[in-house]
Amino acid sequence: MQTRLYYIGIYLLSMFVTTVQAAPDSKYVAITQIVEHPALDAVRKGVKDVLSEAGWNEGDNLKWDYQSAQGATATASQIAKKFAGDNPDIIVAIATPSAQAVVSSARQTNIVFSAVTDPVGAKLVKAWDQPSKNVTGVSDLTPINLHLEFIKEVMPEAKSLGVIYNPGEANSVSLIKLVKQYGPAHNLKVVEAVSPKSADIQAAARSLLGKVDVIYLPTDNTVISAMEGIIKIAEQAKIPVFAGDTDSVKRGAVAALGFNYYQVGRQTGQVVASILNGKSPQDIPVQGIDKTELFVNPNAALRMGLTLHEDIIARAKEVIK
Amino acid sequence: MNSFAFFGAIETGFIFALVALAVFISFRILDFPDLTVDGSFPLGAAVAASMIVADFHPLTATTCACLAGAMAGTVTAWLNVKLKILHLLASILTMIALYSVNLRIMDGPNKALLGVETLLTPLDNLSFMPYYIAYPLAFGVFALLILALVIWFLQSEVGLAMRATGANPRMARANGVNTSCMVILGMAISNALVALAGALFAQSQGSADVTMGVGVIVIGLASVIGGEALLSTRTLFKWALACVLGSILYRMVIAFALNGEMLGLKAQDLNLITAILVTLAIVAPGLTAKTKAKLSTILNAKAKQGQE
Repeated sequence: MQTRLYYIGIYLLSMFVTTVQAAPDSKYVAITQIVEHPALDAVRKGVKDVLSEAGWNEGDNLKWDYQSAQGATATASQIAKKFAGDNPDIIVAIATPSAQAVVSSARQTNIVFSAVTDPVGAKLVKAWDQPSKNVTGVSDLTPINLHLEFIKEVMPEAKSLGVIYNPGEANSVSLIKLVKQYGPAHNLKVVEAVSPKSADIQAAARSLLGKVDVIYLPTDNTVISAMEGIIKIAEQAKIPVFAGDTDSVKRGAVAALGFNYYQVGRQTGQVVASILNGKSPQDIPVQGIDKTELFVNPNAALRMGLTLHEDIIARAKEVIK
Repeated sequence: MNSFAFFGAIETGFIFALVALAVFISFRILDFPDLTVDGSFPLGAAVAASMIVADFHPLTATTCACLAGAMAGTVTAWLNVKLKILHLLASILTMIALYSVNLRIMDGPNKALLGVETLLTPLDNLSFMPYYIAYPLAFGVFALLILALVIWFLQSEVGLAMRATGANPRMARANGVNTSCMVILGMAISNALVALAGALFAQSQGSADVTMGVGVIVIGLASVIGGEALLSTRTLFKWALACVLGSILYRMVIAFALNGEMLGLKAQDLNLITAILVTLAIVAPGLTAKTKAKLSTILNAKAKQGQE
């Protein structure tokens, strides 16, 4: 028994070994991620690339401490506490659970979250334009506003916009809320058609005929999985279909403004860099995606009775033939 | 390791001590391998978080979380004793069903509690103690209280009947114990404790998440078995206390493994290091006993040679 206690004692003592501190003039960025995932890893790479372009290099004048919770929420909470005590210049938290753990544990440290879809719903900040005194970040919410702006640019004469979605998908419901919020600003009347199952999709599309000038498909799993049914009807009725994701363009939508997670990471990196340069998080509003990639399908557009302007095709990252 | 990480590990350790005690009741006392835990942990978190956000008192919310956990345990036990489904499968069925239930309860995958009044809010701004010490202290007192309750219960008449059910069900039945009832009661208590841990964890870390149950049973088992290696299991008190210590040890190991960069280890090595350190912690005391025995035989032999 005594030897056991002795060993436990040694064990506990050995844990108080402190880590080597970086040189005082350099910066210390701690980054926590809930799980290894290609999209989240791309965000992390984006942050690091921007910091290195801004002159902060790991091992030189940047202490970069990356931890992954490997999917365990309890570990994410322990990582958050470790970072809170390590007192870095900034904690970067990727994805909602990691961000919530950090915000709850590190109350004095600057925190920049990324790849969080709904930062207000997750209670990380009070409102997008109202970051906390130590918390701000970048959301990966689909940039609906940019999408509607683009539709209006391609079809300035469009007056009404049809949306098809499954009301059972929480993500779609919140996207449609945004469509309805931003629609009037772009002079678009929003007409909804719901499709609870993939089998209802053609009926939903037909219900829009004669009522709308253009159809927008949000990133709804039910709708996207059966979108060919919509494309067929839209081609017959000559109503252009725009999508929220770039893959749908290959499957017959006119165009989509997509984004990639590396860009989300770069955008996050810029926020991190400006805080390292002395800006306070509370002066940086939470950002939505600002860099999008345009995918266009001119032939699909023609089939729907729409000729895409050369300028727009020239701007596209990818033109589907 | 810094003091935040140290006290944080103790805090998480005390919360998961409730899971360890629950696993102790199901695996050790009732001999019922119960995987419901992976579902009832987020269930407790989901119920507590949703109710707190809906303006219920945190205490009411936490109590309801416990009741929800007890219901989940009852379902597993009922599937087993009434429908005669193998215990392992019965618990897996409840666990996967709870995933959907949790999504329903939270109306989404995540329910945030940041900035909302919880059971822990009164500890946030104590004048004499920072919150990162007050939290683990409160959880420690609470975990020891639950430990005392569990021990008291297991020594009561019903508790003895439950232990008999796990140790020798035929003999227990022969002595007039309703073993089905005991399994249902034990599983309800066990999962109520797990849900309680989930509810407290959600309030401590600021959110309930549908994925937070992943691997909880593994952690519970590691804590129980690790604790048993540290303390003797000769008396009920020591055995149950071992579970609590095992849970803290496990968290300490993770907190330690998070400093792996000194040794040139990377973030992706975390789980491997945790596994190795837990192995070492469990095996080390036994190894020293063996080396001691070896040493003494050698010394004895030498002493004998000297005498001759």
